[in-house]
Amino acid sequence: MNNKRNLILTLVAIVVLFGVACFIQAEVDSYIRRIVNLCLIYAIIGLSMNVTNGFAGQFSLGQAGFMAIGAYMVGIFTVPVELRADVFYAVPMNPYLVNIYMPLGVALVLGGVLAAIVAGLIGTPVLRLRGDYLAIATLGFSEIIRIVITNATSVTNGALGIKNIPPLNDVRYIFLATAISYILITLLLNSSYGRAFKAIREDEIAAEAMGVNLFYHKNLAFMVSAFFAGIGGGLYGALLGTVDPKNFLFTLTYNFLLIIVLGGMGSVTGSMFGAIIVTGGLEYLRIFDEPLELMGVAIPLFRPGLRMVVFSILLMVCVLFWRHGIMGTNELTWEKIIHFIKHPLDGFRKKGVQGK
Amino acid sequence: MLNIRDLVVAYGGIEALKGISVDVPDGQIVTLIGANGAGKSTLLRTIMGLEKPKSGSMEYNGEKLNGFNSQHIVSRGITLVPEGRRVFPNLTVLENLRIGAYMRSDEDGIQADIRKIYDIFPRLEERNWQMAGTLSGGEQQMLALGRALMCRPKLIMMDEPSLGLAPLVIKEIFNIIRSINETGTTVLLVEQNANMALKVAHHAYVLETGRIKMEGSGKELLENEEIKEAYLGKKKK
Repeated sequence: MNNKRNLILTLVAIVVLFGVACFIQAEVDSYIRRIVNLCLIYAIIGLSMNVTNGFAGQFSLGQAGFMAIGAYMVGIFTVPVELRADVFYAVPMNPYLVNIYMPLGVALVLGGVLAAIVAGLIGTPVLRLRGDYLAIATLGFSEIIRIVITNATSVTNGALGIKNIPPLNDVRYIFLATAISYILITLLLNSSYGRAFKAIREDEIAAEAMGVNLFYHKNLAFMVSAFFAGIGGGLYGALLGTVDPKNFLFTLTYNFLLIIVLGGMGSVTGSMFGAIIVTGGLEYLRIFDEPLELMGVAIPLFRPGLRMVVFSILLMVCVLFWRHGIMGTNELTWEKIIHFIKHPLDGFRKKGVQGK
Repeated sequence: MLNIRDLVVAYGGIEALKGISVDVPDGQIVTLIGANGAGKSTLLRTIMGLEKPKSGSMEYNGEKLNGFNSQHIVSRGITLVPEGRRVFPNLTVLENLRIGAYMRSDEDGIQADIRKIYDIFPRLEERNWQMAGTLSGGEQQMLALGRALMCRPKLIMMDEPSLGLAPLVIKEIFNIIRSINETGTTVLLVEQNANMALKVAHHAYVLETGRIKMEGSGKELLENEEIKEAYLGKKKK
């Protein structure tokens, strides 16, 4: 009965949020729209990273590479055929590809699939490693993907990048992509696969003794994660209207690591909050980058760069006081929201609401 | 039920088991006792497919077990309660039990078995929604047992269930082991607490540095002078 109620509430929430997305699309200026879009895309990629790092407990830092695969899939195939000669002015485009055009949706899904396939190939040797070693290996593979892209000039236009991608600054589509990704990932994590992921995170030996196939599940988590990172990367490319190998340096991965650590490793809703806080927060803090005059005196600290200093301090405070992120491994469930609406003061009296 | 012949297991060049033969007959409690480093845990891990044997054979109801992975072993009805309990600390008691039923897909049967386990361990039902890491040692051991029972094993192997528990709790755990056995599950028990283990066991083996040193019924070994001195802490008069 509760499940049915939760399902209805979730659907209502999605419809309401979609309404909000339509409103933002129609009424709000393009700067805010872009930030909202970026939040949504970062939420997809944050979620995808949380599948491996938060749920399956495999510390992987390959997200930027998988994003690049998705972004380049969109970049290569959605540029209108007649504009391609302008883009590939240095080295002509590969003759087999030059006439293949795909609509954005198809390119996105194919980008995700290709990222998942690459993840499967990488995962087979790499997922035998653990902890720091796995992180370094995945980081290395992410760089290899980027370097392959930089050098496959006739396909990817190399270091020049691909421009003229039909821009997608439409909140409604990106919202729908995020909602679908959220639903699919939540369904996966609530199934017996999700339980197996968590078991592996908690204790590999005990999980194996229960009959959980470690290698299969680690690889599955890695591939699902790459799939959604590919989709997120594709949307990112479409949002910017251009893809460039330098966008996908390994430092990009740390943005998402930040999102999931801040939101809570192993919490789906946490990743959503993390994405909004990190993306929105970084924009909001832009006031620190602008010169400030108080009573006619220019305060010397307020100059470009202060924003990142303030942001870093806020992060340190967060990590010091909420070591498990905002949500930890908990989820914001309808039960908790209803409980909060009924008894808004309970949260202050005792710590934590039992999620029965 | 389980017949092991001349099993040799080596870690690198060092042989942890130097050719041991163990028989676990259907419906019995068989125990292996021995000091640290005797090879008790290695034997269990090898049966589970977590270690590869160097030579020797393992047969389960006439079926070879050598060379299979643990998924296969669990699907044949063998399960392990690992040493040091190893419950999943950040998952709830219920989630822990559900992972125990990972190899099964009959939702009704799983629900019925969870009910059954809560009847055996009422303490677990009280703590249904608690994170397993916050349970006491005894409760964690109960959960580890319950989790292992969730896959409906025919043979349940336990690695030192008494480790780090208070004497009263140990007694409780051993009573439960006996009652699990009475419902028809065969038990292979590895213990350092020789006194308790020999009392419940139908048959017992004494393991010393990778070799079987002695075997006999639980009662026989309890009265054996050598065992008394070495494992039960009673001096010859």
